Amino acid sequence: MQIRVTKASNPSNKKKVFCTLVAIGLAMIITSVIIAVMGHNPLNVYYSMLEGCLGTSHRIKQTIITAIPLVVTAVGIGIAFRMKFWNIGAEGQILMGGCFATFVALYFKNLPAIVLLPTMILLSAIGGSIWALIPAILKAKFNTNETIVTLMMNYIALKWVVFLQYGPWKDPNAMGFPKIANFTDNAILPKLFGVHIGWIIALILVVVIYYFINHTKIGYEIQVLGESENTAKYAGMNVRKIILIAMMMSGAICGLTGMIQASAVNNTLTMDLTAGVGYTAIIIAWLSNLKTPWMVVVSILFAILTQGASYIQTVYQIPQAAAEVIQGIILFCILGSQFFINYKVHVKEVA
Amino acid sequence: MFKRGLKKALALTLALTFALTGCAQSGGTTQGKPSNEVVATENNEKNVKAGFIFMGPVADGGWSQSHNEGRLAAEAALGIETLYKESVPETQEVEKVARDMIDQGCNVIFAASFGYMDYIEKLAKEFPEVTFFHCSGYKTAENMSNYFGKIEDARYLSGLVAGLQTKTNQIGYVAAMPLPEVVRGINAFALGVKAVNPEATVKVSWTNAWYDPAKEKEAGSALIDGGCDVLAQHQNAAGAQQAAEEKGVWSIGYHADMSAVAPNANLTSAVWNWGPYYIEAIQSVMDGTYTAESYWEGIEAGVVDVSPLTANASAEAKEVVDAAKAQMLEGTLKAFQGPIVDQAGNERVAEGSELSDEEQLSCDWFVDNVIGEINQ
Repeated sequence: MQIRVTKASNPSNKKKVFCTLVAIGLAMIITSVIIAVMGHNPLNVYYSMLEGCLGTSHRIKQTIITAIPLVVTAVGIGIAFRMKFWNIGAEGQILMGGCFATFVALYFKNLPAIVLLPTMILLSAIGGSIWALIPAILKAKFNTNETIVTLMMNYIALKWVVFLQYGPWKDPNAMGFPKIANFTDNAILPKLFGVHIGWIIALILVVVIYYFINHTKIGYEIQVLGESENTAKYAGMNVRKIILIAMMMSGAICGLTGMIQASAVNNTLTMDLTAGVGYTAIIIAWLSNLKTPWMVVVSILFAILTQGASYIQTVYQIPQAAAEVIQGIILFCILGSQFFINYKVHVKEVA
Repeated sequence: MFKRGLKKALALTLALTFALTGCAQSGGTTQGKPSNEVVATENNEKNVKAGFIFMGPVADGGWSQSHNEGRLAAEAALGIETLYKESVPETQEVEKVARDMIDQGCNVIFAASFGYMDYIEKLAKEFPEVTFFHCSGYKTAENMSNYFGKIEDARYLSGLVAGLQTKTNQIGYVAAMPLPEVVRGINAFALGVKAVNPEATVKVSWTNAWYDPAKEKEAGSALIDGGCDVLAQHQNAAGAQQAAEEKGVWSIGYHADMSAVAPNANLTSAVWNWGPYYIEAIQSVMDGTYTAESYWEGIEAGVVDVSPLTANASAEAKEVVDAAKAQMLEGTLKAFQGPIVDQAGNERVAEGSELSDEEQLSCDWFVDNVIGEINQ
């Protein structure tokens, strides 16, 4: 028997829907087995997962709060991915954005919120874009591998924040406990309809970036560059300039996530600021096919999954690790189905 | 051909899912569908649903496990419903977890890690109808108590064992963070060592993490390589015990009896017993007799103890510990009784007096047989 894999030229919508449904079904079987082994009724657990993320207004708010950083970061990463520039460095860009915003929040805390918050937003965008520009310049000048460089930059950013948290920014009033002082109220994003205004920022970004990618010259250039660098060069585009601009924007938006999370969610900077958002957003950007509006939908689905897994943990007293396994299996199956959508498997009997 | 296969797979998927759900149902799970309502009790007591927030996994063999055992004891004794959430970091996450628990009907919240304090204080203001208990901190509010035990008593006793056991006169101490809680534990341990072996020193290695088994083990190994032959620890996991077991030296556990982790190394452990306190605390909320307090009791209240000495310890050590423990229970021996001299040679506590509670709670200096720095 011979197995051959070829790329499917243009997968039909029918096939996409079908593969995704099979993946969800498969995920449900596997997780059902695990849940049943743990002695719970899978249907009840699935129902509880939904109840846990949508059951009360409090839970819906929590789900939205979980989705906000995913949307913003996915939108940011998406710009670089459009150009086939693999920005794995969102984690680091979020941390540096958070770090710059925290600098403003800690040292200019007497400014009124109307001045302080926009300054924090601006600085976080600058912080994130500096962190993204370093690998972009290295790529444009020396053609370094951006995947490796952006990934490594994450660890540098993380260690930098750890240094600040345990060193110069350690709160002297915390009796030796290594934490950075909480922000004052004027450095915390206000709420609208019970959820911090990060959701408005996220929606505005989605619209702006959608327009930018699809209806501006530079957005078009980014897309062309992503399709083929040679085409871009033939058309007389300045490839280096496009790389730098796109990465600067990508990093700036990721940095903004850092400000939103530090200000509205953590009320301070901590080494746990990202909570893995930078990596999850990569998956979201992919599953959305890099289509900006879809990122909102996929992010909300992810938030539902996260929130639901957290809820069943307390309700059924399932160990955290088991809840994460369930989450992982669902994700694994759905990501796996992407393979069958984009590739064809031919099985041939060999005599 | 492939497509048909997929269709079959889909059909099979659905069939299997239903079969499984059916199985689990007919299997008769006791759990049933969880309710958000608090189960009514027969008398006039207030219905309590208690949520517990833990720093590490409940099977960490240490701090979080000791609290979870207390939770289970309270659940069994009072017949109340409890929830718990493990591995909650000391960030805003704790606030979210507590809110979720309140949303699920909890009216009592126990938050068992120091770094949760400010978040719990904030929640206590926002939810006056919920009673909060925060472990190992120092803040209280009308509906927020803090609670802790004087583990120093057990530390002192385990120090006696270490002092008698060491051959190199170098004892290692793997410690989490330079907080007063950790510092006074090290001091009490060192005073125990000094009482039986004035030659021995206690060398401190900071990990800057409460729960990091790999880092704890690494720090323990480094201390052993530096000549220590007994390891003590202030960590949530048992990494130091493993290091001692592997390198063939001795160890003293913390939080729970760690003899099973290191059967050839462990001498004894300074342990917590939260059950009685949790029962008492929840009962007070049920009765309506609750008042905010700072609970901080020692070995006489049973909240702390040393686990039975293992066969690795000498018979002499057992006698010494038993005698000292008896004196502590009588009140004739205190962990922090004078004379106590600090690293710089200044007398901190004079002969005949003892360190006050306030001085213990803000302790930021080491006794003279400790090697290490608080402000690294």
